[in-house]
Amino acid sequence: MTVVRDPALAADARRERRFFLSLSLPALFIVGLAAILPILWIIRQSFLTTAGEYTVGNYQKVLSSGLTWSALVTTLELSLGTLAACILLGTPLALALASVRPRLANVLMAFVMLPLWTSILVRTYGWLVLLRRDGLINAALTGSGLTAEPLPLVYNFTGTLIGMVHYMLPLFLLPVYAAMRDIDPNLIRAAASMGATLRQVIRTVIMPLSAGGIFSGSIIVLIYAIGFFITPAVLGGGKVNPLSTRIERTLSTFQDWGSASVLGILLLVLMALIGVMLLAARRLVAQNTVEASHA
Amino acid sequence: MLEAYPQNRLARILLWSFAALVMAFLMLPTLVVVPLSFSASNLLEFPPHAYSLRWYENFFGSATWMAALRTSLVLGTLTALIAVPFALLACISMNRLGGKTSAAIQSVLLTPSITPGILLAIGLFFVLAAQHLIGTLFGVLVGHVVLAVPVACIVLLPALARFDWNQVQAARSLGANWARAIGEIIVPQLRISLLSATLMAFLTSLDESVISIFVASGRNSTMPKLMFLSLRDQIDPTIAAISTLWTVIVVAVVLIVTLRQKS
Repeated sequence: MTVVRDPALAADARRERRFFLSLSLPALFIVGLAAILPILWIIRQSFLTTAGEYTVGNYQKVLSSGLTWSALVTTLELSLGTLAACILLGTPLALALASVRPRLANVLMAFVMLPLWTSILVRTYGWLVLLRRDGLINAALTGSGLTAEPLPLVYNFTGTLIGMVHYMLPLFLLPVYAAMRDIDPNLIRAAASMGATLRQVIRTVIMPLSAGGIFSGSIIVLIYAIGFFITPAVLGGGKVNPLSTRIERTLSTFQDWGSASVLGILLLVLMALIGVMLLAARRLVAQNTVEASHA
Repeated sequence: MLEAYPQNRLARILLWSFAALVMAFLMLPTLVVVPLSFSASNLLEFPPHAYSLRWYENFFGSATWMAALRTSLVLGTLTALIAVPFALLACISMNRLGGKTSAAIQSVLLTPSITPGILLAIGLFFVLAAQHLIGTLFGVLVGHVVLAVPVACIVLLPALARFDWNQVQAARSLGANWARAIGEIIVPQLRISLLSATLMAFLTSLDESVISIFVASGRNSTMPKLMFLSLRDQIDPTIAAISTLWTVIVVAVVLIVTLRQKS
């Protein structure tokens, strides 16, 4: 940047900056109207009675209810369960995809991304068809004699978890695959020529260098999983109630706007807590990556 | 990447069998729906004993489903028409301002996409209820635009970064005002990215379910909202037919976007 001394030019530069800023206004306005205002409204609503008077009763009611705490536990179980499954299933898949020629990998990636482009409702329906008592998977299991009775695979925690993992896995895979693709193959050749076994290469070269990707993928999974609504609402069959479905039921069935808002704020607090933990964790991962690449 | 280890055949076979299983897991629910939609039976039997198009006829013959389809298509089109110009202006602004200002604008615009849908949905529900706008197309539309703007920005920002700004400079120095420079230089040059952004914004709206479930109602119910309701009540193969059509539409749009970007 050149330093502008001429006052006329400086005024021009300022005017131009203001003009460019103003171009963002329509987009910022819509975010304010349709995202920020609604969140503020939830906070306001949480302090109001149905008659519209100020109260802290909603907080007392929600925080003293056992249902709230079990919803919180279910939210954490579903989110962490989904994350664990994504890491276990997604990391080896990313490694396999990163180890083939880019052209073939691109074709395979297109198939992996297919669910990402399928409506969540289509996928949920697909899982219902597969997992029901008289569904495909149970028919195959009982037909082959592996189980005598159909297994309860859906309208419970298992079904919800399967649906959620299916939704999150492609989102997790993208950054992990990108990180593994970026690893210089010469590093692996060098390690191999110096006698490192495959296990050692994976542990000391590939995993540390993909840690950043795995970390980004995990953030994405957690952000989506914490507030996930459709899958628990359908595949949970009313028996799996994280904060999201609890909010919906409080609002739609009980028409209790105040309590629904308090539950919404709990969800926000949970997001913020996880955000703080992730920021702290990112620092650790960054340090480890630096150490690994210097080692 | 692992070609330095040709001797570890067993490990490679294990890795690829595992990868194949995971890929099957990913594709299974989408694919299983297709044969089911052509079944002649009321039951969800697999594979179907006889084939028919009755579930497609059911769908196209239902006034409720057709109204929802119309709502979804109108909503998607309006969303794209509003979100893409907003996103283009915001991206020009971020590109020209750079630095911290640009980063700040970007993080504000991205907020809706990392906020849980359920929170946006109930918040929007409260705001619209206070204005007596529940069940109107407008309510769902603002919700969809706010989700589509960041999606369009993701396509347009890199395109603007590659754009040669000297052209605008030249036009400006020859007396074109900014509106003209944007309309006659930037828009034509970015038309492929703008088309991609438009399709992506359209898809974002088409696919959005949570806001629709809370805010849309009656005549203005969207396809995802009706699908959600019918999945909760009873599941007949009509949903399979709809799912198949839906997936074909979406995959077609995605293919157009990808092929366009490559060419």
